[in-house]
Amino acid sequence: MDFKNRAKAALIAAALAAVAAAGVTALLINIFERKQEAKNPFFRVVDLDEETEDPAVWGKDFPFQYDGYKRTSEMRPTRFGGSEAVSRVPTTEDPRKSVSRSKIEADPRLKTMWAGYSFAVDFRERRGHAYMLDDQTYTGRQKADPPGTCIHCHASVVVPYRKLGDGDLMKGFSKMNALHYTEARKLVSHPVSCIDCHDPKTMALRVTRPGFLEGIKALKASQGTKDYDPNLMASRQEMRSFVCGQCHVNYYFRKPDKRLVYPWTKGLTVEDAIAHLDKDKFQDWVHADTGANALKARHPEFELWNQGIHARAGVACADCHMPYKREGAMKISDHHVRSPLLNINRACQTCHKSPEEELKARVEAIQAKNERLRGEAMDAVVALIGDLKKAKDQGRKDPAFAWAGDLQRKSQFMVDFVCAENSEGFHAPQEAARILGRAMDLARQGQIVLRDAAFKPTEPLSGPQ
Amino acid sequence: MTAEKTVLLLFAALAGAGMGIGTYTFVYAKGTSYISNDPKVCDNCHIMNKEYDGWVKSTHHAAAVCNDCHTPHNLVGKYETKGLNGFWHSFYFTTGAYPDNIQIRKRNRSIAAANCRRCHSDIVHAVDGRYPKAQALDCLRCHSEVGH
Repeated sequence: MDFKNRAKAALIAAALAAVAAAGVTALLINIFERKQEAKNPFFRVVDLDEETEDPAVWGKDFPFQYDGYKRTSEMRPTRFGGSEAVSRVPTTEDPRKSVSRSKIEADPRLKTMWAGYSFAVDFRERRGHAYMLDDQTYTGRQKADPPGTCIHCHASVVVPYRKLGDGDLMKGFSKMNALHYTEARKLVSHPVSCIDCHDPKTMALRVTRPGFLEGIKALKASQGTKDYDPNLMASRQEMRSFVCGQCHVNYYFRKPDKRLVYPWTKGLTVEDAIAHLDKDKFQDWVHADTGANALKARHPEFELWNQGIHARAGVACADCHMPYKREGAMKISDHHVRSPLLNINRACQTCHKSPEEELKARVEAIQAKNERLRGEAMDAVVALIGDLKKAKDQGRKDPAFAWAGDLQRKSQFMVDFVCAENSEGFHAPQEAARILGRAMDLARQGQIVLRDAAFKPTEPLSGPQ
Repeated sequence: MTAEKTVLLLFAALAGAGMGIGTYTFVYAKGTSYISNDPKVCDNCHIMNKEYDGWVKSTHHAAAVCNDCHTPHNLVGKYETKGLNGFWHSFYFTTGAYPDNIQIRKRNRSIAAANCRRCHSDIVHAVDGRYPKAQALDCLRCHSEVGH
């Protein structure tokens, strides 16, 4: 080997040695960082108290959690749920640059179901926590002049409620319910924030939404537990669902004070909700086509999950929607709350050892069946509404007509219960199918009783007349 | 000093630096511990916390350590597997490109499957008996969580 070749070989060898040394150094630094991180899981750089409303301040102490929280602004649909961002030209009335897809345009049957109600004007796909306040402030449903009650779940309310109630959360809640939305909106400034679910001193989970505190108390009272207070009596694992159940529930605005109430005095099933609302002689609106005293179901995620196998197995909302993740040597719960289908490894594979594609396929198989059944049930309700409209136009006011209207109220609420629920049936597939089957049955019975007054529907007429 | 000597010196210095850093990293990362059979070693970097905690409480705790199931039972195969896994673990931990719920690779899975049969041959030879190898039952399909 002559000098030139030897020099070349030496240079190549040196270059390789340099690359290897760089790689090993990267490993060394990595191990060093992990060891340091393991010593100090977090640094308190600012003091947090019951006045700290701004999540950015909490973010200084908990940057990884805050980072995930901010990422709820990402818009990524799954096969059956969510939405990609639909861009729009901002106006002075509505400065939003993007919205989610319209659900009522995608399925016009919803407009028939909600005829005469504000949901038939504007109703869109869900999107992340980051948008909750803007999407409520600028929805087309604002034309209906909603009450301040709505703020309960669309903003960080702990500090504003306490301020309005002179330190008393419940008093502030009652006061804000009585305001117009536009007035109440001026009192809040952030979407759901750290302080809504965490004690600022200990970081322990806590429930602060008055609607939930009253709802769960009524539910537990119906089961024989008096004066239930989740903040004192719930287990740590229960709290990992209760904090979500503060808002992801079915509710109504009790008349006449428009107080937010979770209809749980009889239990958590769809029939329990109807029984509660019947007893309260409540209707959300009078259906424009049929005159029926109609009900609107709202996202009963907590209730449906309660009927499912995951709840039965003790799996909490946070286990799948905020699973543990690793940030360096730290283990934190993922505050980028989203569909588990967008996070299968952390959300599902902690327990389910099958490959990601297989798990996704299993969920989508359930959701596809739910989608189909939901469509069939909605067809039945729309058919009943069509028949009732004809009967109303003919001037019918007989008992059979009233009974059919009551069956519309119930079957429609049942279909809505599954439609408005955010898991496309997954939280409790069998229960969702049972509800849709019952809805179909009641809607068709309504059609029969309109044609044959001698027919006795299996469900008594129990709603307000 | 000739040009050739300068180049060689440069090479020697670089190689020496590499070796120095390598040795330091090896010591700092408790490199020698990996030669042992102690299950705690497999949890040095905490990634295996869940698996280690599970094993402590599992039925196999009394009968087998990590290496009994996860490495072949011959000297060359054992250290070849440890070496390969050690390299890939270092690579993935440094880049961070791995899922939080770690996944076993095909090679390591077949080693573990073979080790089930090594200890439990008395039971499984009757199960396997008359079927060709391609149709052999996969112990881990049902018993994947037996070790941890």
